Amino acid sequence: MADQIVLPARKPHDPAMDQVIKLAVMAVGGQGGGVLTNWIEDCGRLNGYAVQATSVAGVAQRTGATIYYVEMAPATDRQPVFSLMPAAGDVDILVAAEMMEAGRAIMRGFVTPDRTTLIASTHRALAVSEKTVPGDGIANSEEVLAAAEIAAQRLIAFDMEKIAIESGTVISASLFGALAGSGELPFPRDSFEKAIRASGRGVEPSLKAFSRAFEAAQAGRKELPAQPQGRSSGQPLESGGAARPVGPERLLNQWDALVRRVAALPAPANPMALRGLQAVVDFQDLAYGAEYIEKLEEIATRDRADKDFVLTVEAAKYLAKAMAYDDIIRVADLKTRGSRFERVRREIRPAKDTRMMLTEFMHPRAEELVGLLPAGIGKRIQSSSRSMQLIDRLFNRGRRLRTDRLLPYLQLHLLGGLRRWRRGTLRHAIEMEHVRDWLGAALAQSSADYDVAVEILRTRRLIKGYSDTHARGLSKYDRVMQAVEFVAGRPDAASWIRRLRDAALLDEDGKALDGALQTVKSFAGDN
Amino acid sequence: MAERSFAREVQKLKLGEGQTFTSEGILALTKALLESGVGYVGGYQGAPISHLMDVLADAEEILSELGVRFEANASEAAAAAMLAASVHYPIRGAVTFKGSVGVNVASDALANLASSGVTGGALVIIGEDYGEGSSIMQERSHAFAMKSQMWLLDPRPNLPSIVRSVEQGFELSEATNTPVMLMVRIRSCHVTGSFTARDNRRPPFTVKDALASPRSDYSRVVLPPMSYVQEQDKIRNRWPAAQKYIREKGLNEFFGPKDGSVGIICQGGMYNGVVRALQRLGLADIYGSSEIPLYVLNVTYPIVGDEFLEFCDGKSHVLVVEEGQPDFLEQALGSILYKAGSRVSLHGKDVLPMAGEYTGKVMLDGVEAFLRKADLSLLPAQRRAPNQQEKTAIPDLSKTVPIRPPGFCTGCPERPIFAALKLTEKEHGKHQIAGDIGCHLFACLPPFEIGGSTMGYGLGPASNAAFDGGGAKRSISIIGDGGFWHNGLSSSVGNAVYNKSDSVIVVVDNFYSAATGGQDVLSSRADNATKSTGHPIAEAVKGIGVKWVRQIDRTYDVPRMRAILDEALTTDYAGPKVIVASSECMLNRQRREKPAASKAIAEGRRVEKPRFGVDEDVCTGDHACIRLSGCPSLSLKKLDDPLRDDPVASIDQSCVGCGNCGEVADAAVLCPSFYRADVVFNPGWFERTLSGLSQRVIGWLQKRRSGGRLEFGQA
Repeated sequence: MADQIVLPARKPHDPAMDQVIKLAVMAVGGQGGGVLTNWIEDCGRLNGYAVQATSVAGVAQRTGATIYYVEMAPATDRQPVFSLMPAAGDVDILVAAEMMEAGRAIMRGFVTPDRTTLIASTHRALAVSEKTVPGDGIANSEEVLAAAEIAAQRLIAFDMEKIAIESGTVISASLFGALAGSGELPFPRDSFEKAIRASGRGVEPSLKAFSRAFEAAQAGRKELPAQPQGRSSGQPLESGGAARPVGPERLLNQWDALVRRVAALPAPANPMALRGLQAVVDFQDLAYGAEYIEKLEEIATRDRADKDFVLTVEAAKYLAKAMAYDDIIRVADLKTRGSRFERVRREIRPAKDTRMMLTEFMHPRAEELVGLLPAGIGKRIQSSSRSMQLIDRLFNRGRRLRTDRLLPYLQLHLLGGLRRWRRGTLRHAIEMEHVRDWLGAALAQSSADYDVAVEILRTRRLIKGYSDTHARGLSKYDRVMQAVEFVAGRPDAASWIRRLRDAALLDEDGKALDGALQTVKSFAGDN
Repeated sequence: MAERSFAREVQKLKLGEGQTFTSEGILALTKALLESGVGYVGGYQGAPISHLMDVLADAEEILSELGVRFEANASEAAAAAMLAASVHYPIRGAVTFKGSVGVNVASDALANLASSGVTGGALVIIGEDYGEGSSIMQERSHAFAMKSQMWLLDPRPNLPSIVRSVEQGFELSEATNTPVMLMVRIRSCHVTGSFTARDNRRPPFTVKDALASPRSDYSRVVLPPMSYVQEQDKIRNRWPAAQKYIREKGLNEFFGPKDGSVGIICQGGMYNGVVRALQRLGLADIYGSSEIPLYVLNVTYPIVGDEFLEFCDGKSHVLVVEEGQPDFLEQALGSILYKAGSRVSLHGKDVLPMAGEYTGKVMLDGVEAFLRKADLSLLPAQRRAPNQQEKTAIPDLSKTVPIRPPGFCTGCPERPIFAALKLTEKEHGKHQIAGDIGCHLFACLPPFEIGGSTMGYGLGPASNAAFDGGGAKRSISIIGDGGFWHNGLSSSVGNAVYNKSDSVIVVVDNFYSAATGGQDVLSSRADNATKSTGHPIAEAVKGIGVKWVRQIDRTYDVPRMRAILDEALTTDYAGPKVIVASSECMLNRQRREKPAASKAIAEGRRVEKPRFGVDEDVCTGDHACIRLSGCPSLSLKKLDDPLRDDPVASIDQSCVGCGNCGEVADAAVLCPSFYRADVVFNPGWFERTLSGLSQRVIGWLQKRRSGGRLEFGQA
């Protein structure tokens, strides 16, 4: 310290600073954050505010996370000094154009309980890292919403992307509507709408989205997007309830008989078994469904009430998936159904007076083709690598089928019709053998270590996909199953199998699984 | 044509004396250039000044009316070299590019220019790409000003200050015969605000005048012995002249009380951040009236020693707010204080971080820490002894929220190139792959993870030179069309030809300098009224001596892309193998085609609109397709089906039907889940009839089959 300190005269905190509105927009490149910022600016100026906006327009615009920042205060004859970037703990309004961007804003300290109103669209634009995981890598929106409840002084959160799409515009319009509806900016509604009109492009759809979001924000909506409503789960069991199919009376009677058998299974397994039965019958026929129920009944006799019949529940799930495997016949059948054509139209929503061409991308290899042959012949051909190579040379190429045209459609239709011969095919024989081995392995453990048996059943989750992906899944499954030998008998055996399976779902090549297997082998070697 | 059109905004450039100009930083800069009577402008695009180049291009008509020559230079080096026009002629010239990388490229010309000295004002407008949103290594352009003795302006980030600094920069340049760098940071380029316009001025002496009466003077040439004289001139004459000019004209600014025991010295660009910290500490009002004396360096090089010492006079502690490293200013100021025998305590990087952006939080903490050290009484009571309030614990989301780096846009034509390359690597193993600068560098991120280095614009293939001799597996390098024309043709391709490089070079040709905002380059296919385009890259590489060249005109053809890569990697030919993979940048293509298609539909012409979809029943949720794509429109959705553990692939309405999904599913033998739906607008009579007939037969077949079995009403 110097000897003499000259103290400047103290002034109190400038009350005008409290009138500065600090607003940040966190968006994903391409969401129209720039347009939104312009609207906010124009609206502020219309209302006699001095406004300053900034952005970082770099490569982040290319689908990366990006941020816009606006400050404003009632205009006077002097220019206020505004900041060019948001500061942690000093943001009044945070507009997040996507749920994880809301999370990012919270992480960066831009949302604080003492001052911030968080206006977030709860829809998800998945990051690449979430999508590439072979299992389920989708980040948890509920966690972010829960954190937002704590971090924000006030929270407005709903799916603004949906409103935008339904209005035929982009999310900037519904974000602007939610901002206006929040009442956080001291401006009348029509000045917001004036700003939209002044921008001159796509005005009507923008105003529509604005209006819907405005009302939702006024109502203080706070919700995550509705979970997908598709197929039945846990529907009432009486005669199949809503899950009762349509079809000829004769088949329906048989179906009802099968449903009664499902009802006789342990109660916790009922919903899953019913769904499984649907899948299996849909895949093949009622007789196949009866086989499915038979297997479940057998498993149920060995199951334990004190474990809530988890073994039967898991068997109901994974046995159905194993029995309704993905072969060419199934793909052809699914692709040629009337219900599928309707679904495609719902998704594409072709405009009136248009027609729709439909192209399928198929690439059958020798394995799949030989799989269609009767088991005996198929096995002989499969064991000869020369024949397989020849078949590959003749048939292995990408095929594009225009299923809106009669002839290509017929090809697939006939292929789908092969299902009545499916049980004789090589592929079916292979799949059934696999099911036998898998169920056998699980049941063999069920009395010694019930939890291990359950985990073995669940390991079937690793088998999915087609061709190479399928092969990779099988190999992961095999590796986990081999490890069962190492861990069997240990008190933590079941948790090890679960960990191995989780590791297998982390990456494509199974690097995480290999690491986990090393660990298992190392302690197995110690024994 | 560039991604963002300023055609409407540039009309504001015609505003005259006294009118209010409301806009963003880059437009204000352009207006200021015109008001300063600039004679020629040029530059090279790159964030954050890409838009300045776009503004200049869109304003070309206004420029030529005023007799101003605009050049879209081939590189920053070419831009800087253009300033040679101001060496002998009394013409003001300005060029713009990004710092620090653009300055790296330009440094050869800048060093020569600085040694020669200038007659007309020469201004280099640098968009300093530092901190959040930056796409480059974190360095400072400041060092170049110091090494070449160019003056560096760093104006306060508001439009009036930025505009004023342009005029001041020209005057300073002319008063000292020295080129001047004007630095604007990322946010300053896009900051909005207003200033009072002046009339545009025709250059008193134009480039045409110069051609009519050429001049030369060998004392300006950088050759011995003149180069020695030039060095002495810099130190003996230009430097003191600059300090005198800066002082007399008051280029640096003082705010707050004259007296006070503490003071803050900051770069002009840091001013708003410093004031905000003071505002939050209750030490400044909304207009920036500060209780702490501020010395704002709108000129950060050279430093005016006397002015600085006078500011320090009577103070016990001063803080230097200088963003980035090394701490050039702090070192220089420390040295001045030491030599003056001052007892003032100098603070800077002790309370502020040495590296990284000075965000609001960093600034607040730094200024507060400084005041704590210097004079606690200045802090508001609440800050001096903060209440031990229970702070609300906000849940940690760092494990929940995924990172979101930039990536290829929906429908990007580069995606299939890297899908093919990834498939090639799956078959033949990992290769030594080097990247360049441009959108294609996003391939080094998941899901592709291709390439592990970038050595500079146009230098991708050159950076593989050590592997030119060949080995077990050939090296591969990637270069974009922007990099190719910037520097790549000679430094990378020429280098490979001359050294008989046994390597593979993939030129990603998307018809634009896409990463910087879609500016045209030599090989652009579009007609450009003022520039010459349509010069094929394949012809250029053949011309330079490459014998093995393969041209692909549809990158979405993954099997062909893969076959050519395989051929390049296995051919007996030992020299450089160049693959030119050409397809138009989808952002630009959509911008062009979307309105055209809408118009055609409205006019009743037949138009096909493709889009992809996924059959959710067929998709097993293994996500193999995404690992070969990463397209924003190819996402996941969870089905409400208890049998499904994992989300299935799903394509949203933003799909542009580029075809990558189908190609990849085919080439990688992934799965049959994808379908392409082409909606045909205004189909003809024959087409409608035939299609209607097919639909009826297909419908009958479907009904027949579904009637014989149980249907579960699933969609």
